Amino acid sequence: MKYLDEFADPVVARRLLNDIAATVTRPWALMEVCGGQTHTIIRNGIDQLLPDGVEMIHGPGCPVCVTPLETIDRALAIAARPEVIFCSFGDMLRVPGSSDDLFRVKSRGGDVRVVYSPLDAVRIAQANPGKQVVFFGIGFETTAPANAMTVLLADRLGLANFSLLVSHVLVPPAITAIMDSPTRRVQGFLAAGHVCTVMGMSEYQPLVERYQVPIVVTGFEPLDVLEGIRRVLVQLEQGRAELDNAYPRAVSREGNPEARKVVADVFTVTDRNWRGIGAIPNSGWRLADRWAGYDAEQRFDVTGIVTAESEHCRSGEVLQGLIKPVQCEAFGVECTPRNPLGAPMVSSEGACAAYYQFRRLQAAAS
Amino acid sequence: MSEHLDLENWTCPVPLRDYPSIVLGHGGGGRLSGDLIRHLFVPAFTGGADGTPLAQLGDGALVEAGGARLAMSTDTFVVRPRFFPGGNIGDLAVNGTVNDLAMCGATPLYLTVGFVLEEGLPLAELGLIVDTMAAAARMAGVQIVTGDTKVVDAGHGDGLYVTTAGVGLVPDGVRVGPDQVRPGDVVLVSGPIGLHGIAVMSVREGLEFGADIVSDTAPLGGLVAALLGAGIRVHALRDPTRGGLAATLHEIAGSSQVGVEIAESALPVPPEVRAACGFLGLDPMYVANEGKLVAFVAPEDAARALDILRANPLGAGAVAIGTAVADHPEVVVARTPIGGTRVVDLPLAEQLPRIC
Repeated sequence: MKYLDEFADPVVARRLLNDIAATVTRPWALMEVCGGQTHTIIRNGIDQLLPDGVEMIHGPGCPVCVTPLETIDRALAIAARPEVIFCSFGDMLRVPGSSDDLFRVKSRGGDVRVVYSPLDAVRIAQANPGKQVVFFGIGFETTAPANAMTVLLADRLGLANFSLLVSHVLVPPAITAIMDSPTRRVQGFLAAGHVCTVMGMSEYQPLVERYQVPIVVTGFEPLDVLEGIRRVLVQLEQGRAELDNAYPRAVSREGNPEARKVVADVFTVTDRNWRGIGAIPNSGWRLADRWAGYDAEQRFDVTGIVTAESEHCRSGEVLQGLIKPVQCEAFGVECTPRNPLGAPMVSSEGACAAYYQFRRLQAAAS
Repeated sequence: MSEHLDLENWTCPVPLRDYPSIVLGHGGGGRLSGDLIRHLFVPAFTGGADGTPLAQLGDGALVEAGGARLAMSTDTFVVRPRFFPGGNIGDLAVNGTVNDLAMCGATPLYLTVGFVLEEGLPLAELGLIVDTMAAAARMAGVQIVTGDTKVVDAGHGDGLYVTTAGVGLVPDGVRVGPDQVRPGDVVLVSGPIGLHGIAVMSVREGLEFGADIVSDTAPLGGLVAALLGAGIRVHALRDPTRGGLAATLHEIAGSSQVGVEIAESALPVPPEVRAACGFLGLDPMYVANEGKLVAFVAPEDAARALDILRANPLGAGAVAIGTAVADHPEVVVARTPIGGTRVVDLPLAEQLPRIC
């Protein structure tokens, strides 16, 4: 199938793996920033096929994982209101807040709906004038244009019953935070391809120069990820640090100007808390002041809800590659995929969940 | 790595701890469904006794009555929308119970049907559904012999729910069950996977992709009879409905205390299912089927079993996808096309579309 099969070809994969093995002369620690890439790595077992010493650190690029507990709690409070239809991407429904998740809110009668496109939420608002319709607008730069479009569309339609709960996060400030960490281990990055489809590549050039770290824009199919890894390793072995694009079929240097314009119109940069990591300055988007009337946090007055992360969860260190998940005291005891304390145990591609499954296999086989 | 891990606690979370009330996931065919069955229904209905028919945890139960070995099963259907490409709730309800009986190695014979109708349901629609059920019963060679009708107030049902129950006769000498698998058994699947789940999703509200995917709902009694009639040593049969192939392999691995290894490149995933799953961030192994069976057969019989399945139109796409192994009991492992491995976990509940 076009764009799927040819980027999963086992023969080419083997060739890339051989190239990688022939390239590497010493250990390297690479980070794939995006959760979609982590998913590909885990789902295809790519991490097991890399040469010994090449370590993939799974970065903080899973929006489900890094959406702060506080925002989840605010979402739960809004979704529980009788006048609200709460619309969300599917995998947010199981993310635990302090004591609840959206599934439980739904089971108590809350009108919680999974939508596949943010614009569906606007249509629901149009069809239900007697209800308040809220869309949970999360994600990185990738989902931002479609989320921003909901506000523009609602405005055009004159919908007073639509609002957006925004918790957008941005990749470049996260890379900055990781590289500024005194305990940093990451020596090269796979940048998130679809983020760059929207934003282009220019934001990454200063990071490459400032930190002398290779950054390769990378796609999401198995061969894309292997090629991204190969290119980072070639740079590292040659002592180079450059910005490179291994995903040219989807990413151009300037990105998508129309999408960027929509985003710039609707959102404005803000400080953001990242679940398990903490506050990163200028690392997110909120609604711009002129669109404040569409801000669900203000409309439903939930800004007073402030919650803290579990003290036992060391996911911040996991996400920075400082400890392995199994080195966390809570791992497999208080914290399991059923009952996650922190972000990386939540989704199936989170680093802790991936380790949990792998250790299950080892335990069963021993 | 840490030495303090309590491996014993990993696969047995405290029963029903997570949700004090029913959530949709309890009906999703994953771990939450399993919890309800193991920790609530089975202990309550068996009084904790081992070896009762309920404790077999098969698609149906094997019971003896008057010297005959019977299979019994029941299933309730709440699918939305009621009509989808390739079928409707009616043939789904007949085929569902027929297949559950067939997966016990039984010849399906008699069904009962219960309707919960919501005020306002057009009679023409009910007529269409009932006609479809009659046709499905004829095709499966079963008789619908009794039933029940209840009507609920408008707004208190989803138009129509259907429950079917059935009885079948297990031929002498047939011993098929989820606990009968041995290391070395070959895992067969009777054709392309994921069609039903994606067909229903493609017409569900809010999801509009123009793929031409049709549900595979079909009765599987003929396939099973052909395998057993030819003397194939079939150890376990299952139709991978809710939870898909992944849940089915998990349940059998657990009941038989074996591991399962599958080759992902051997999985029969139609291109349109792969495309839809890629688009939504779903894994085809977890998507529901309604006209496929998974068979664990003795290795010496595997080639012949494939020939027999492929000779039947409903098994034309049959392939071998893996084997049962003695290593890692209860764990299902997939070898990925590029040569890696991954654990195929049993999901908590239904898959959720991924944001990225």
